[in-house]
Amino acid sequence: MTATAMTTTAESLPGSARPRARRRPRAVRLLTRAPVNAVLAAVALLWLVPSFGLLVTSFRPTKDYFASGWWRALLHPATLTVSNYRHVLQTGGIKDALFTTALITVPATVLVVVVASLAAYALVFLRWPGRDAVFVALVALMVVPLQMALIPVATLYGHLGLFGTVAGVVLFHTAFGLPFAIFLMRNFYTGIPKDLLEAARIDGAGDLMMFLRIVLPLGRPALASLGIFQFLWVWNDLLVSLVFLGGARHVPITVAIFSQLRQFGPNIDLISSASFLSMIVPLIIFFSFQRYFVRGVLAGAVK
Amino acid sequence: MTTVPVLAEPGALTGSVAPGRPPGRRLRSDLVTALFMGPAAVLLGAIVVYPAVATVVRSFYGRNASQYVGLRNYRTLFGATTFLVAIRNNAVWVIVFPFFVTFFGLVFAVLTERIRWSTAFKAIVFMPMAISLFASGIIWRIVYETDPHRGAINAAVGTVVDAVHPPGLYRGVNITPTGPMHRERDGALVTDQTLAPGTVALVGLTGIAPGAVPPRAQPAVAPSPVPGGIAGVVWRDFSPQGGPGVVDPGELGLPGMHVKLVAAHGTAATATSDARGLFAFPRLGPGDYRVALDASNFRAGFGGVEWLGTRSLTPTSHLGETGRSLLTLPLVVISEIFATLWIWSGFAMVVIGAGLAALNREVLEAARMDGASECIVVVITMIINVLKIFDIILAIAPDSSQQASNVIALEMWRVGFTGTGDFGLSSAVAVFLFVLVVPVMLLNVRRIRG
Repeated sequence: MTATAMTTTAESLPGSARPRARRRPRAVRLLTRAPVNAVLAAVALLWLVPSFGLLVTSFRPTKDYFASGWWRALLHPATLTVSNYRHVLQTGGIKDALFTTALITVPATVLVVVVASLAAYALVFLRWPGRDAVFVALVALMVVPLQMALIPVATLYGHLGLFGTVAGVVLFHTAFGLPFAIFLMRNFYTGIPKDLLEAARIDGAGDLMMFLRIVLPLGRPALASLGIFQFLWVWNDLLVSLVFLGGARHVPITVAIFSQLRQFGPNIDLISSASFLSMIVPLIIFFSFQRYFVRGVLAGAVK
Repeated sequence: MTTVPVLAEPGALTGSVAPGRPPGRRLRSDLVTALFMGPAAVLLGAIVVYPAVATVVRSFYGRNASQYVGLRNYRTLFGATTFLVAIRNNAVWVIVFPFFVTFFGLVFAVLTERIRWSTAFKAIVFMPMAISLFASGIIWRIVYETDPHRGAINAAVGTVVDAVHPPGLYRGVNITPTGPMHRERDGALVTDQTLAPGTVALVGLTGIAPGAVPPRAQPAVAPSPVPGGIAGVVWRDFSPQGGPGVVDPGELGLPGMHVKLVAAHGTAATATSDARGLFAFPRLGPGDYRVALDASNFRAGFGGVEWLGTRSLTPTSHLGETGRSLLTLPLVVISEIFATLWIWSGFAMVVIGAGLAALNREVLEAARMDGASECIVVVITMIINVLKIFDIILAIAPDSSQQASNVIALEMWRVGFTGTGDFGLSSAVAVFLFVLVVPVMLLNVRRIRG
């Protein structure tokens, strides 16, 4: 964790109100806080150790995995090696899978952001019959399990030649990302003062102009939250790609790892290093844009 | 919304649907709406709404899409053990998980307000939310490894267990006596015949690998009798030349063996063999004694709990097949739930923490209400998530436990997209899953309207 990440966190994660303790003497404060600190330190350790175990495992040869626990390697750092990563990145399968993951995630994120902001504009700033009913329907659609669509969409994609293609997966992710995305953007847009738009309209601006010049720039924080949320959602997906890209030549990283799972122990070199590679991008995004990510999650849950 | 007075008047914003406008403008504004709503409408219609309806219809057809079967798929499902197991597991998830995740979230949210490093703590606990459920599953599969040399939890448990019950020097199930001895129920080896003071005990053992003999062992020697006592030797009675029951040259003594002398009333004395395997119980009263090798010599070390195994936490041996599929609680399900708590507790902490931070501390009553509503949001969100749980089970449970930790979403995928693939049956599973989330859907809609 870098210093920048920490400062971002400071603004992002709500809480940390401690005004009352100030009044007590320092010694008392330390004494009463010691148990809380100890408990939370233990919890933090419990939360860090599993991921750390995967990280260390990914730097150990398979035979070491069978011989001793990853914590032993900490006493013998010389046994650690990058050969798993070199192997995984050289043989191409995993590199290709990471690329495929990006190829699915980036368009699916951009599409959701664009389509949802357009729709949210229509829901907030345009007047048309059935507008409120459509919004209620969107709220209802938010919890529809994507399992409800897999089979008909698979059949549909079969007819359209989209089955087994990245485009098909992108469209599926976009569609299922939309209800929440529109909901989030609409909630944000309702906070934009409407006299801004009224003034622009008097000046002769059309809806498209107002959308591009006023609403989109003002909506940037919400767009960032939505973009990051959707990006991580799609990047981390297994089920959709498993269904639509199961037997395809190019599969995303989660599917590629899944295909190795049957031989968990013997393939641990590949599984651990590929898993960690799949986590790097989400972790970078999380620690760099934590504020937006947390907001996106909160918006989805609380509003 | 209505803070700007002008906007309170209907139609003030665009004026499009207000009557009395020229039809040209109305057409134009319809076009604008279509332009903005169109892409979303097409995508949602083609990939969410139409397929959802089609799935309901499809669930009344068989494997073959043109063969109408009525409710047969549903009857098949509820008669199948695998589906009942899936429903049972989802029920366990729904009952256990939201409660604990809310509990952890609440405790963390309250406690973090009292530490200086709350920011770092929140980042650490929230981090699993960023990575895939699938990768989290793999992380925990390593944590849960049965072998204490590999799995961190079993290593920790093993350290404690082995400290309380130290493993013996001579672990191994194949150790057998060469003389007339029998194994007690607790694992101790006891001589069949009784010995009187002044005699010697020859305790030969086989089935000990050469590497398992401690390095300090010396060649065994036959013991010389002790007047008024019992002397003996315990040795590795295995050499190509000699016979069993005789101390042959080259055979090693077994040092460090805990030997007990058992009289009619209980243990009379204890001793430990030396490097040559010799032990002695001097100065004994008259009587009949037996020599015993204590069970602690052979006690195996902690072998590891099978966290991802199917051992049931509830007694089910007396139940029939249906009862068993509904009432067993395999350990693997609890392990999966615990791993998922690791993922979602940060979410609960932040949502509840946001509620706590917004509290007005002077109005405690209102504050309590606020905190409660955040908890309800977490519970509802978690129920939906847990009903659709999929990746984590596929990643954590080894093949041997997949059946026992089956869930509805997994069953839907298995039935429809693996093996021969029955889309009719799979659609029925999806519809069942949908029916389960309908109450939450209605609740959300009511919240939005009210």
